[in-house]
Amino acid sequence: MMLAGLTGDECRQRLANRGLLLKTGPFTVRVRSDIEGFTRLLRQFYGQFPVMETPAVADFHVRVLRPGGIRRWWRPQVQFLLDGQSPFQPFQLSHAFPLFEWGLNWGIAMQAHQYLMLHSAAVERAGKVLILPAWPGCGKSTLCAALVSRGWRLFSDEFGLVRIDDGQLVPLPRPTPLKNKSIDVIRDFAPDATIGPAFHGTRKGTVAHLQTPDASAAQAHIPALPGWLVFPRYRAGATLQLKPIDKPQAFLKLANNSFNYRLLGLQGFQAVTRLVRHCDRYILSYSDLDEAIDTLNQLADA
Amino acid sequence: MTTNSQYGHHGTEVLLTALREPGRMTGFGLDEWDLLLRLARRTRLLGRLAVIMDETGELEQLPASVRDRFTAARVFVSQYQRTARWEINRILAALEGRDVPLVLLKGGAYILAGLPPSRGRLLSDVDLLVPRGLLDSFEQTLLAHGWESVKLEEYDQRYYRTWMHELPPLRHPGRFIEVDIHHTITPLTSRLSPDPEKLLADSIPLTDSRLRVLQPVDMVLHSAVHLFHDGEFINGLRDLVDLTDLFQHFGKHAGFWEELVSRARLQGLLRPLFYTLRYTNRFLDADIPAAAMIATDDGAPPGPVLYLMDNLIEAVMLPEHPEFPRHRRAVAQWLLYVRSHWLRMPPGMLLQHLARKKIMSWRHRKAAAETVA
Repeated sequence: MMLAGLTGDECRQRLANRGLLLKTGPFTVRVRSDIEGFTRLLRQFYGQFPVMETPAVADFHVRVLRPGGIRRWWRPQVQFLLDGQSPFQPFQLSHAFPLFEWGLNWGIAMQAHQYLMLHSAAVERAGKVLILPAWPGCGKSTLCAALVSRGWRLFSDEFGLVRIDDGQLVPLPRPTPLKNKSIDVIRDFAPDATIGPAFHGTRKGTVAHLQTPDASAAQAHIPALPGWLVFPRYRAGATLQLKPIDKPQAFLKLANNSFNYRLLGLQGFQAVTRLVRHCDRYILSYSDLDEAIDTLNQLADA
Repeated sequence: MTTNSQYGHHGTEVLLTALREPGRMTGFGLDEWDLLLRLARRTRLLGRLAVIMDETGELEQLPASVRDRFTAARVFVSQYQRTARWEINRILAALEGRDVPLVLLKGGAYILAGLPPSRGRLLSDVDLLVPRGLLDSFEQTLLAHGWESVKLEEYDQRYYRTWMHELPPLRHPGRFIEVDIHHTITPLTSRLSPDPEKLLADSIPLTDSRLRVLQPVDMVLHSAVHLFHDGEFINGLRDLVDLTDLFQHFGKHAGFWEELVSRARLQGLLRPLFYTLRYTNRFLDADIPAAAMIATDDGAPPGPVLYLMDNLIEAVMLPEHPEFPRHRRAVAQWLLYVRSHWLRMPPGMLLQHLARKKIMSWRHRKAAAETVA
């Protein structure tokens, strides 16, 4: 059953009691909360994702709750608990949903070492995955959102999950957090896309979430092999350039981009080596989104 | 809630069952697994369960979600153990050409000697025992090779150097593991005072003869002292598991138990040995001969103290159900922390020390608040 298959009351009831078992990509998250605004956004953004019936082994036990004491009434706050422990300072109450998203990302990055985890966006077309590793200000999320709105399947905006045994990428489609200017850029670029409410004054400025397309959500259990490794570089006014890079250079960039390369030791080295050998490798400099998408489409169709 | 609360007491039982009889894990249902994984992670025993399950060859029978968690836990363990091995390798390199006996303690010893407690074991520092006379030159050598003192407050430095059994921890910048250099196994001010010369003299070389470990009975006694007289019981259950493994491994050798008791008597460590036998047997079914139990009877504390310890140790060793914390554990932990200080130094010194620590923490808090503002 999918989350939208539960009525609002059923959903609230599960969240308030034993927890709602939500499946996101390979992970099962047990969520508990009694915050109305959060419940509403969770239903909106995860409506197409499966919920599991108990019993199940959850990878993450999450609570999104209001701390007690004076903060209950005065400038109310919200707290994120991962298996009973609180890794972050509380946020203002209205930011419960972005807090949940960040908290879950943090939990995955800290725990899911059964994968090589790249800090990358990943999208799929024609059975092959395009990996877009993040670099500060490189425009990964914007480019990923634009590609998805033009028919690429969303794997993840944040994690390239690479299976250690066979090198396949595992989808983890979740709402894509658009930040600041990129919110309007995507509104203009994809007028049909569903973008949630804007949260102002977060630690990353204004954030609004882009809904995962139904088709991507429906195929969240289907992995695929990597095909292209493209390091995006957004620079205002830059002319488009797709420059091939050699394997050693790509290796170093990718190893540095991974959350757990060091932790995986030899396995990490082998996994990155395999990726670099398996993929066509480029640096993409761009300023115009349409041009960038055209170039990547041609790459995929070649 | 009703379905969950049946695990209110049952909670810790799942973890203890898995530790005592790993074979029963294959029969666990999904909700038992869910709870077990949470409890094992909190007690830093997830990696151990993963390795043991792998040894039984029944990993494939487990639910995929459990296998994934076990895989991730083993990655974590490998990294920790690799880091520790590398740190020891670097220390040996720094000591090249010098004849300093390097006795590994605890985690480092288990791993380098390939002993059963190393299975899936995490460790965050490398503990070494060095003859007191060589302490200064040993520390200077490491400092000259780039290690730095982690505790920089002048009071902390003095505290370690005058009262403790180890130097302030050292760490090499860019590496994530601490080196604790001990010259004996109990604080200098403690009421216990085993002779470190005996420990060093009877230590045994590993294949790489520059490295040594304590002989079996001393290894057990050190772990026991560390757990019951020094510790804050953060990894209490894990430490009990270590000891249970050592008993199982060494206990088969003829004369081990007699030697253990007589060594404890000689070194004045009968009390920690008594606790160790009692609680490893109680919680983990450690296989201990009745004769050894009886022989350590005179290590037992007076009745009321034992009653109190039984309660505190149970509260601190067994994790609480994550959904139903009763905060018993935190209270017990605090009481045992006070106790460990009480055992560590005479009352006057203790008061002075706690007062200094309190003032320092206020200052830190004030400084932190000012930085934020």
